[in-house]
Amino acid sequence: MPPVLNRRDLFRGAALTGGGLALSAWMPAWAQPVSAGIVRPLPIVTGNDITLKIAHQMMMIDGRASHAIGINGTVPAPLIRLRQGQTARLSVINDLDEDSSIHWHGLLVPFQFDGVPGISFPGIKPKSTFVYEFPIVQAGTYWYHSHSGLQEQMGHYGPIVIDPEGEDPIRSDREHVVVLSDHSQMHPHAIFRKLKQVGGGYFNYQRQTLAGLLAKKDQPLKERLDWGNMRMDPTDVSDVTGSTYTYLVNGHGPQDNWTALFRPGERVRLRFVNASAMTTFNVRIPGLKLTVVQADGLNVRPVEVDEFQIAVAETYDVIVTPTDDRAYTLVGESVDRSGMARATLAPREGMAAEVPALRKRPLANMKDMGMGDMDMGGMQGMDHSAMGHDMSASGAAAGGMAGMNMESGASMPAMDKPADGSMANMPGMGAPAGDAMGGMAMGGMGGMNMRDASKAPQVKMGPGVQTISPMPMDRTGEPGQGLEDAGHRVLVYRDLMAVDRNPDVRAPDRAMEIHLTGNMERYMWSFDGVKLSDKREPIPFLENERVRVTLVNDTMMSHPIHLHGHFFELVTGHGEYSPRKHTVNVAPGGKVSFDVTANAIGDWAFHCHMLYHMHAGMMRVVSVRPRGEAA
Amino acid sequence: MKLLLLLISAAPLALAAPAGAQSMQNMPGMNMPASQPAAKRKPAAKPASRAKRTTAERPAARPAPAKRRAPAAKPKPAAHDMSGMGDMPGMDMPASKTPSAADAHAGHDMSSMPGMAMPESAGGAMDHTMPGMNMPAGTNGQPMEHDMSSMPGMMMDGQMAGHGAGGTSLAPGNAPAPSPPSDHYADRIYQNGAMADSRSMLHNEHGGSTSSMILFNLAEYQVRNGRDGYRWDGEAWFGKDLDRLTIKTEGEGVLAGRNGIFMETAEVQALYSRALDPYWNVQAGVRYDFKPNPSRTYATIGIEGVAPYWFETEAAVFLSNKGEVLGRIEGYYDQRITQRLILQPRVELNFSAQDVPETRIGAGISNAEFGLRLRYEVRREFAPYIGVSYDRQLGKTADYARADGEGVKATSFVIGVRTWF
Repeated sequence: MPPVLNRRDLFRGAALTGGGLALSAWMPAWAQPVSAGIVRPLPIVTGNDITLKIAHQMMMIDGRASHAIGINGTVPAPLIRLRQGQTARLSVINDLDEDSSIHWHGLLVPFQFDGVPGISFPGIKPKSTFVYEFPIVQAGTYWYHSHSGLQEQMGHYGPIVIDPEGEDPIRSDREHVVVLSDHSQMHPHAIFRKLKQVGGGYFNYQRQTLAGLLAKKDQPLKERLDWGNMRMDPTDVSDVTGSTYTYLVNGHGPQDNWTALFRPGERVRLRFVNASAMTTFNVRIPGLKLTVVQADGLNVRPVEVDEFQIAVAETYDVIVTPTDDRAYTLVGESVDRSGMARATLAPREGMAAEVPALRKRPLANMKDMGMGDMDMGGMQGMDHSAMGHDMSASGAAAGGMAGMNMESGASMPAMDKPADGSMANMPGMGAPAGDAMGGMAMGGMGGMNMRDASKAPQVKMGPGVQTISPMPMDRTGEPGQGLEDAGHRVLVYRDLMAVDRNPDVRAPDRAMEIHLTGNMERYMWSFDGVKLSDKREPIPFLENERVRVTLVNDTMMSHPIHLHGHFFELVTGHGEYSPRKHTVNVAPGGKVSFDVTANAIGDWAFHCHMLYHMHAGMMRVVSVRPRGEAA
Repeated sequence: MKLLLLLISAAPLALAAPAGAQSMQNMPGMNMPASQPAAKRKPAAKPASRAKRTTAERPAARPAPAKRRAPAAKPKPAAHDMSGMGDMPGMDMPASKTPSAADAHAGHDMSSMPGMAMPESAGGAMDHTMPGMNMPAGTNGQPMEHDMSSMPGMMMDGQMAGHGAGGTSLAPGNAPAPSPPSDHYADRIYQNGAMADSRSMLHNEHGGSTSSMILFNLAEYQVRNGRDGYRWDGEAWFGKDLDRLTIKTEGEGVLAGRNGIFMETAEVQALYSRALDPYWNVQAGVRYDFKPNPSRTYATIGIEGVAPYWFETEAAVFLSNKGEVLGRIEGYYDQRITQRLILQPRVELNFSAQDVPETRIGAGISNAEFGLRLRYEVRREFAPYIGVSYDRQLGKTADYARADGEGVKATSFVIGVRTWF
């Protein structure tokens, strides 16, 4: 019998479980409920003529006032509800004392209305108004946010829902928009400064310790030494954590308990938007199956899962059908388990369900360092049993597998390199049969060059490039970091399959690789070792050219990569029904391929959607020019 | 039943071996049973390599589109017995689950099998590479069904009915990349330089920012027999990612009886710092010693960075205006005991290339300091500490000290604050 807890019960539960977590510097939400639940949907703006005013404001989070930048007086900004086929006229008033902007994330708009200062338009000067006007050519769940400075972190983001022209093929009895985000009392410039000053460790209070070693937690000594030798921290999962963030649902903290109502038996559509600056969330609703029906605004064939990971800037629409007359907790756990966004689905106001404790934080493994699948013994279960998973997948893929440039007839990325790419030559693999896995992996690790420039010829090697993945793997068939052992079904990219046939099913004209590079110590982030501030020429595309882009993650962090103005088809084995996305998360040490048809003339931003990664330089301009125009 | 399902799902994993097998063959540590003829692996390998050439061709060994129940007891090439893997976590498939949603596609949506999404179970070919995986001889006749539903990897096959053979299944061509344009498209709409300011702001805000930091690793009171003292060691930097201005200062003194505060050494360095690689900076500039008297000015060059195993390290050479050459190596390590309680062992060695009687420094290692400081990070930026510091003068330097009637070694208890902002 699922429990329906009242506040007293919640408090008692906290006494039992709260103690162990007190050290995590995150006040468990269930310890001090300050609210019986807030049943307030986001304000909505709609119609052909919409006015949005960007201004400083205060917002209340878990009973505490916080400075923010909002739109029309709310954080998140109001839900913009449009209809496919209409023309939207959006007058944006900038009431700040600095430049601002709005980028319509995922909307296909003429490039001059894309809202990136310095690329698509000059920005919106203080105390002035800019009018965006564009036709709405698509339907689905999207969002909008500032592309100026670090305003997005301060609350300058909101959801967009576009209803399809005809009947919505996704049927539901009711829907709720769920905007996940992260908020800090610390000013975003201060956050960035800390990261520049001391690297990724500043906000991480879940690092490995001597006490942990003695208690036989985390890595054994040998591994710690090996990682130390490489100057890599396996606990470095999130750069900015719950030690400073409060994770929000529609602008409300976990104690506020934002509540979405339903009637038992209804099909409820939840439109999830991850509007965080830096947080990847693991989303689940204990007791309910989640049927994923849309990703990044476009419909996908329904996939039933228990949990999904949503990277920054992604959106997922999910159908749930709660049949019981009770409350359910919506859990958005940060990927590093340093905190959670929490809301409630309930038949009536004032109800709450049990809030599960944070699960154990993941430790990065060798795969996350791009060392392929030579996992270490004792780490996260039996990861090594997965050995070669991706390779066999690649082998079978033949034609269209991620990351493979097939023109040479070569097969698997890890296999086609004569010597060092092949597992057979991996030093350390010569360990006698039966030897401890750990020993073997370690041998391999020692022998593997973590900064072999020949693996990535186009990368400009320098202080900003800490590592080059020796064996990056296609990880689109794996659950996100830390969900390998979730014990239930977790969405993976390969589950996604478009409902509609892809609009362009031509073979790519060419293929290119882009490396995601960085240095955690100096907090430098870049593409191919080049920061936007290095002022390189744009990445060029010809109009209607179709290009297979492979993103290779040479770092140990996830990078949600966003291409403006386009959808791209993930190369995950679904042929003409590939899922189309505007943002794809590239797993640590992993790689992802997508095919993109460059059909939107103009200059477009292309960047990591981790706000501080972008701010550190992980951004480039992509240019799409008409054929025949002088280059 | 569970075991059966396990075997069912394991079989295709083995089947996928061909791809991997090619370069996996000489993998030491693979204990292949004698009764597993090599010939069995070869045929499997071929189709895989053929498959590389074209999407249309399928590996011969690949069973017909994913019947959930293929005939049992039909061992395929390369189908190693997986019975040794019976205890693999992640292979535990809920028996009652049926594929959802995209099932219309003749089971091609193999990923839709609940529980199978985990990398463990998705794992394929190179399970063979697991050392210690003992594949018993004689059991390779185990009934195995080739249920492709457990193989997300196989879903890659180009010609799956319903997925269409086009789109992302196609291999890319090798058209040349266009050359990058030299103009900015937005200039066509926002003319007369309207974009200039925002463009330069765009660059500055995405990788071009300036930052700074002031750190006092040591700022302490030293308690020792008779002559209590004090000490500091700090550094500040200002600049961008690669080029920085760095100021360093360190010194110490005694709080001696009736004379009050007496500063023994005090120096400041002003350095230009340039990033060499991900971890190291080269630093060059000047050092000025206020104390001891007579003061000196030095030209300085050194490196600073993080050595393997996270040792914060500094090394520098100093050339004085009198032609003397000195050197210094400094290193410390932060050992986290808990998230906030940190033990910092620290070493500093000073060298001299020659005797400098004037400043009482002798050739060789002039002095060595070993410190052990335990701090508590109330905040990262503010960490009070206690510890011990052992300071020893050596060689000719010690001789000078003895001649002056001073001690050559000192052990101090220290109390201080490590702070930065």
